[in-house]
Amino acid sequence: MLELKDVNVHYGAIHAIHDVSLTVNDGEIVSLIGANGAGKTTILHTITGLKKSTSGSILYNGKDLTKVEPSKIITLGMAHVPEGRHIFPTMTVAENLEIGAYIRNNKEEIAKTLESVYEKFPRLKERRKQLAGTLSGGEQQMLAVGRAMMSKPDIILMDEPSMGLSPLLVKEIFKIIKEVHAAGITVLLVEQNAKMALSIADRAYVLETGRIAMSGDAKDLLNDPKVKKAYLGL
Amino acid sequence: MKMPKEKLISYLINLVGIVVLFLLFVALFQSGVLGSRTNYVKGIFTTACYTIVLVASLNLLVGILGEFSLGHAGFMSVGAYASAIFTNALAGKGLSDLALFVLALIIGGVAAGIAGLLVGIPALRLRGDYLAIVTVAFAEIIRVAFCNFAITGGGRTISGITKLSNFYWCFWVMVICVTIMYMFVRSRFGRTVKAIREDYIAAAASGINVTFYKVLTFTISAFFAGIGGAMYAHYMTAMIPTNFNFNYSAELLTEVIIGGTGSFTGSIIGAAFLSSLPELMRQFSNYRMLAYSIVLVIVMIFRPGGIFGSWEFSLVRVLKKAKNGELFAKKNKGGAENE
Ligand SMILES: Nc1ncnc2c1ncn2[C@@H]1O[C@H](COP(=O)(O)OP(=O)(O)O)[C@@H](O)[C@H]1O
Ligand SMILES: [Mg+2]
Repeated sequence: MLELKDVNVHYGAIHAIHDVSLTVNDGEIVSLIGANGAGKTTILHTITGLKKSTSGSILYNGKDLTKVEPSKIITLGMAHVPEGRHIFPTMTVAENLEIGAYIRNNKEEIAKTLESVYEKFPRLKERRKQLAGTLSGGEQQMLAVGRAMMSKPDIILMDEPSMGLSPLLVKEIFKIIKEVHAAGITVLLVEQNAKMALSIADRAYVLETGRIAMSGDAKDLLNDPKVKKAYLGL
Repeated sequence: MKMPKEKLISYLINLVGIVVLFLLFVALFQSGVLGSRTNYVKGIFTTACYTIVLVASLNLLVGILGEFSLGHAGFMSVGAYASAIFTNALAGKGLSDLALFVLALIIGGVAAGIAGLLVGIPALRLRGDYLAIVTVAFAEIIRVAFCNFAITGGGRTISGITKLSNFYWCFWVMVICVTIMYMFVRSRFGRTVKAIREDYIAAAASGINVTFYKVLTFTISAFFAGIGGAMYAHYMTAMIPTNFNFNYSAELLTEVIIGGTGSFTGSIIGAAFLSSLPELMRQFSNYRMLAYSIVLVIVMIFRPGGIFGSWEFSLVRVLKKAKNGELFAKKNKGGAENE
């Protein structure tokens, strides 16, 4: 459903992404792993139009995404959970979720989705009138995922959802990602936490300084000696 | 879900509150208790009315969109001159004063709104402090241009603008303007703009067209500044482009910040207080900017969010408290801040 072909991205003179090609098929969880600064966030921003590519093509269900405005991406069924919990801190949890459904009009349908989000995240329901900035790190991450769910996407792009969370919460977040996937949503997951990301993914790509170094079945990569040494610390 | 009825009731309560306040003013002026100072006090209150509109419109930008404008007086002057030129052309052509006044307000607002659109489109595509710089430049350019156009007096005072702004009309114009701005902030639209201020990446990812909403809010803010300018022009009846200088823009911004960014209550009280203060202490008027600066520094030290922060006065809340007998614990005063 999503296909990048020979994508190059520059920040001024810095060549951040080199000839990256990757595909995400309907119904998959695909992980993109790599060290800090490898270019993972840049790739997601390029897909959603927040950053312009210098060459290459990005097709989503046959549509060329390089010509789509960032704010129109979500109308195509693609939601983006940006790196670092971009929630709206002085708005309530409920208002944050309301913004998530911004592109939808049917009030009844939105209410239904809201119920299902609250069902998945009872913590958010308890705190729906609380300002989002006062939530704990894990709750904020749940809110960011919940907000993305509010648009009823076909695919969610997640940028390091486990960043800065305690090991217990990391487990919780990965459980949530599995549930999101179980609800029929395709997931492109960007992570530094390679072990977790590989263990829940169908396929994965390893990014090194802007280039795809390895790719394949997530289980195979998990057992690959090179991956083990560089990313799993074994 | 059960909101509409409650909302309607609270609107009605607020309307009653405003009418009562208005009648108090009418009684004050008609009873003659102020004697020979009636017109003088009326004038101060009229000044307060257009200042409130100006400060509230700037608060829309600073408090809700989170962008700073240091050239609000520029938009005000566009509204002031456009409306004055319009009424000068139409005065004595058979229109009633009220019709002329309303049309002048609309012309002033639209002219300033167009200026806002033209400035906002290029300036708001960029992030950061560009807007503050661009608005300063805009206000200066407008001032210099108005000093050179024949139709705006060519740098000399234009006088003889029909006196249309009286306190009673200005009071209602102020109420309507503030109500519209307040409803805008409380609407889904307002929440969308707030989301952009809080996090533009997340807002864009949620499908919000960030630039569109920013330009629109900026235009609305300029529109109301233009209405304020039109009220001003038809109250003063004479003006010169240097009235709308950088100092005036800075004064308006100061009033927003002292009152509380994001609080219309703060804007109203701040504007009413600070616009009547210099009148009340005219002999010290040279020290006005000094007094402002001192107040600003004190407020910033003790209440960095402004005196009212983002708190809003609510007549309905006060009434509820009064019913429960809690009013004496913490008395709310003032009524001009009805929303
Ligand atoms: N706004 C920017 N301007 C210049 N260089 C940037 C910018 N953002 C990222 N980079 C550079 O691009 C590279 C990839 O960054 P990023 O995509 O954030 O990596 P990751 O998400 O994998 O940590 C890094 O070398 C980083 O320094
Ligand atoms: Mg990153």
